[in-house]
Amino acid sequence: MAEATVQYRRKRLERGIKARSDTIFVIASTKDTLYLLLPRIVPVIALLILPLVLTGYWGKVLVFACIYGLLALSWDFMASCGLFSLGQALFFGMGSYIAGTLNSYFHIPPVITVPVATLGSGFLCAGLLGPVVRLKGVYFAMITLMLPLLLHKLIDTTGILGGTHGLSALSPFPSELTATYLAVVGFLACLFIFRRVINSDYGLVLRAIRDDDRAVMSGAINIYWRKIQAVFISGAVGGFAGALLTHHFQFLGMSAFALDYSILPVAAVAFGGQGTFAGAAIGSLILVPLSESLRALGGLRMAIYCGILIVSIIGLPEGIFHYMARKYHQFEKTVEVK
Amino acid sequence: MSLLVYGLINSVILALYTVGFSLCYGISGIANFSHGALYILSGFTAWNLLNLAGLPFYLSAGLSVIITAILGFLFYWVLLLRVRGIPLAELIVTFAAGVGILELLTWEGFYGMRYSLPILLRGGVDIGTVSIDYQRLFVLITGVAFVVFLWLFVHRTRVGLAFRAMAQNERTALSVGIESDWIGSLSMAMGAGLASLAAMVVLPLGMMESSIGLEVLIYALAVAIVGGLESTLGMVVGSFIIGFGQIAAAKYIGAKWMIIAPLAAIVFVLVIKPSGLFGKYKELEERV
Repeated sequence: MAEATVQYRRKRLERGIKARSDTIFVIASTKDTLYLLLPRIVPVIALLILPLVLTGYWGKVLVFACIYGLLALSWDFMASCGLFSLGQALFFGMGSYIAGTLNSYFHIPPVITVPVATLGSGFLCAGLLGPVVRLKGVYFAMITLMLPLLLHKLIDTTGILGGTHGLSALSPFPSELTATYLAVVGFLACLFIFRRVINSDYGLVLRAIRDDDRAVMSGAINIYWRKIQAVFISGAVGGFAGALLTHHFQFLGMSAFALDYSILPVAAVAFGGQGTFAGAAIGSLILVPLSESLRALGGLRMAIYCGILIVSIIGLPEGIFHYMARKYHQFEKTVEVK
Repeated sequence: MSLLVYGLINSVILALYTVGFSLCYGISGIANFSHGALYILSGFTAWNLLNLAGLPFYLSAGLSVIITAILGFLFYWVLLLRVRGIPLAELIVTFAAGVGILELLTWEGFYGMRYSLPILLRGGVDIGTVSIDYQRLFVLITGVAFVVFLWLFVHRTRVGLAFRAMAQNERTALSVGIESDWIGSLSMAMGAGLASLAAMVVLPLGMMESSIGLEVLIYALAVAIVGGLESTLGMVVGSFIIGFGQIAAAKYIGAKWMIIAPLAAIVFVLVIKPSGLFGKYKELEERV
């Protein structure tokens, strides 16, 4: 061999503790137990304590973060069966309009309107999107982008359900703390349930539809019916978020169908990482407070926000959650190329 | 008669909006959701060159087209290269870049009724009972020229064929010697350049402000979806349907309902024929 230059490459290896706690189910030591539990328990406890610490303005930001988090989770759930939506505002607006209308015209208390709005929004969204679940990719995205804009326009021109002024003086939750806890607990419950569901047999079919729908069809499974079920579930989650925020602010307006509620959840998922729900949750818990704290900058706020988003997505295309998980489970070392 | 003339001109304007976008997204499969922002940015560049640097209009328009094309080229290498193949990230990155540009322009004070580009040809002509000015006729001619150019380019030149090959199957294109990064950045540059050319022709008709950017993007998407993403003929037909629909809605129902035309057309077309009116090769694998 001639004098070949020695080259090096980075090699990624699983940590020993990861391999142990993955495969050996009788966990041997407290260390292993903590390795598995800490990343799950710490954020949950932090989120449960935060409403007691944060009051006033930042308390409201926390509620917002959870609301957007719910929308991001529902986005991720739909994406896990191959439905890319650009219209979470549809789900959100449905929920808020159902809750707001019931409360304003029929004086039904929030205890009833929130569950009714959750289910009603699920059914209405599944009904509206049912005919178009056959579409894929950007075509489905276009329809979902258009629907909330169309409903926005409809309320604007016809003036039904409060029209441009909206409905105000809705009944609030008993206290600020109740509302905050409702948002936080709803968010955590949704995260937990989604993570369980997607690993069950039911979730397996959904993911298979995303990966290869024709193979699933050949297994005699009606993929359109499954997709409608997925739309129902995420419609219900989005509707819950909408109803919650409507009662919290005691106001219902056309802004419930605004583009913000469609774009921000997608940005949160792109930032946090797709496919694991934890990424969506982390993304919205980082992005919403970030955009609030940029408010001090005034006119440049959106431009800087976009800049941060671009840099983070280009820097970590896989999403921040996948990056953190990799660093947690694996280590890198430099080895010689032979 | 006025419906016919104004519908025609409106349709051609929509086609001009769409040409660049269609070249990028429809034909070579590169998502460029900053299309509208590049459109208005080039108007802004031309205005600055014209009024602050004191260059003549033709020169400043030409320069601004070149600058926008270079920007499109850079967008590919800086923004898109790392996230190619992740549709969600592509969409968010380019869309965020577009919104960022628009917000920067707004922050610079680029809104309100203060900015406009000069009209090339003054005066007008009467067609029957409708009077029409020369600038609108110029728009008409440019629009037709653009569409013809696009068709010839995509079907008759090597580079155009390479663009289409990219959209159909990138790996196969690579294996026959088409360098996908080079072609991709070229298509971004051409798309941006065409957007800028359209801006130079259409913008003098009215006031410029940054909010037009989003409008252009939405109309371009609507036309591309109705007509079928990858076909030039579909693009023309799509812009005619939406263009005439808008003018008819404005005339018979009320100006408020103009926005309904593209929405209704999209929903209708996608439910009836999901691949768009003239969509061909993505029909099976992508849409349904």
